[in-house]
Amino acid sequence: MEHHEEQKHHGTHVISYGRYLLIWLGLLSLTGITVALSGLDLGQWIIITAMTIASIKTLLVANIFMHLKFEDRMFRVFVLVAVVTLLIFIVLTFFDYAFR
Amino acid sequence: MTTSAFVTEATEPDFYHVRTKHKGILAWVLSTDHKRIGILYLVTMAFFFLTAVLLGLLMRLEMLTPGKTIVEPQAYNTFFTLHGIMMIFLFIIPGLPAVFGNFMMPILIGAKDVFFPRLNLLSWWLFLIGGILALVSVFLPGGAADTGWTFYVPYSVRTTTNVLPALLAAFTLGFSSILTGLNFITTIHRMRAPGMSWFRMPLFVWSLYATAWIQVLATPIVGITLLLVSLERLFGVGIFDPALGGDPVLYQHLFWIYSHPAVYIMILPGLGVVSEILPVFARRTIFGYKFIAYSSLAIAFVGSLVWAHHMFTVGMSNTGVFVFSFLTFLVSIPSAIKVFNWIATLYKGSIEVEVPLLFILSFIAQFCIGGFTGLMLGTLAINIHVQDTYFVVGHFHYVMFGGTGFGLFAAMHYWYPKMFGRMYKKGPAVLSWLLLTIGFNVLYFPFFVMGYLGMPRRYYDYLPEFQTSHQISTLGSWILIVGLVIMIANLLISLRKGRRAEANPWGGETLEWKVPSPPPLENFHEIPVITTGPYDYSKYERVVQEAK
Repeated sequence: MEHHEEQKHHGTHVISYGRYLLIWLGLLSLTGITVALSGLDLGQWIIITAMTIASIKTLLVANIFMHLKFEDRMFRVFVLVAVVTLLIFIVLTFFDYAFR
Repeated sequence: MTTSAFVTEATEPDFYHVRTKHKGILAWVLSTDHKRIGILYLVTMAFFFLTAVLLGLLMRLEMLTPGKTIVEPQAYNTFFTLHGIMMIFLFIIPGLPAVFGNFMMPILIGAKDVFFPRLNLLSWWLFLIGGILALVSVFLPGGAADTGWTFYVPYSVRTTTNVLPALLAAFTLGFSSILTGLNFITTIHRMRAPGMSWFRMPLFVWSLYATAWIQVLATPIVGITLLLVSLERLFGVGIFDPALGGDPVLYQHLFWIYSHPAVYIMILPGLGVVSEILPVFARRTIFGYKFIAYSSLAIAFVGSLVWAHHMFTVGMSNTGVFVFSFLTFLVSIPSAIKVFNWIATLYKGSIEVEVPLLFILSFIAQFCIGGFTGLMLGTLAINIHVQDTYFVVGHFHYVMFGGTGFGLFAAMHYWYPKMFGRMYKKGPAVLSWLLLTIGFNVLYFPFFVMGYLGMPRRYYDYLPEFQTSHQISTLGSWILIVGLVIMIANLLISLRKGRRAEANPWGGETLEWKVPSPPPLENFHEIPVITTGPYDYSKYERVVQEAK
């Protein structure tokens, strides 16, 4: 059963080197933007900005480098559950930090 | 439960006597059979459990009189730290899932093994390595960690004791837990027997499934947090140190984001065991199957959102305090759903009083006391009064030991014939249950009184007015230990001397009772086809109806 499933999920999804390189450069520039923004005084917005950039980076890595884009719907749902849980943890933590 | 014919008579050697690639101890420590791994966990955990019990016993002895009774303050600090680390990370978190989940879950869903047998073995090895690291930290120069199992900063960053090995131990054990969770989720999704739909799964499997999700989602957070404490200790990074721009309360958030859901990793399988055992001895179909199944998921979900109720007095914002208090109250709803359904299952059942049921009845009563005192703790006004007192210690021992611990004892007595192919003696087992229940309550109930009167937890010394309560409590620990010794002796002696167990000694309807005791290597002769739900006791119910 395991073998059969593997065959089904690991089909041939070739992504060109050029595209990988492009994504990598994109990730680097997003890191650059995060570093640059950390020097600005954006108040509470800094968190939202940093988290948004981090989320975009996560999406890129998970979808392209980790091939989530080509996986079964079930796996995507599982990863979504994990991400939503993490999001809830962060939001709830900010009921403390944002109101101190 | 199924239409296919089962072979309950042993036609092939059981898993103890099957030919294996390796011989002797290697046949165990290199085995990928889920049943052998379950027993490996049982033996390893029993060792850590008994060590932690001994530490607890010594702590109670120390508290017999104010001031020094047997040990110095530093030794006492080490005792409660190690007692906590061992009981939490090495006994009660792996507890039911690692032992009975591993042994029983594949059988309960009609599978031959877990989905990733080798990963399963790796989990046990990581567990062993983590346990050894925790033990080694005691004997290294510098002395055993004295931070309490919570490793709160800034103390854990500043103390000169061996915090790093203890952190590494907890980190490694976390990995073991994640891998077990991952294995269980995959197994339950992919390996259920034909016809076993989600709502035909035994409720113990539902509780393991909910638990596995918490293990996978929450454990990495504590892993990273413990690494951050290590970085802080080694390099002074400044994540938690206010002098460097860090925040010690952040540590508490990160720690409890895992460690509160971890409480549900501990209790959920216990709740599953109750749901599994009750219908068998009440001879009744479980009341509210779907509600119990969903309530496991609800407890796992809501229970993951309440962590900061451990932190009401540490300087959180009032909004945060209010939100977490509210969420805490929500958890009581799915918990109460379970308790009401259990009581309804017993109602008008043909109750057969066997040892597993006795442990379960103690579980329900003690879990309710633990649960209600939990609600008291979730109430802000009371929380501020009893924060960091014996009241809290009493509360969590009622849930963790009075609940999960007794659940584990119940599971042990319920599945013992299946796991070892022998029956234990009922007399000593009942006596041990009685002593454990009395001892437990005499030991921990005074904690509520002392805590409410202001006795702080983890203190080496106390005021004279607390002495009577401490003495009653210490007396309870002695009764408890006698019960424990009788229980363990009975179970060990019965391994050799007990009468041979038949395939289904309790009249259970779930799949494990339809294979020989002990089961053969691959559990089933052929994979069964499931046609009904797990607790079909309609034949008994019909008899009861007709008798009226």
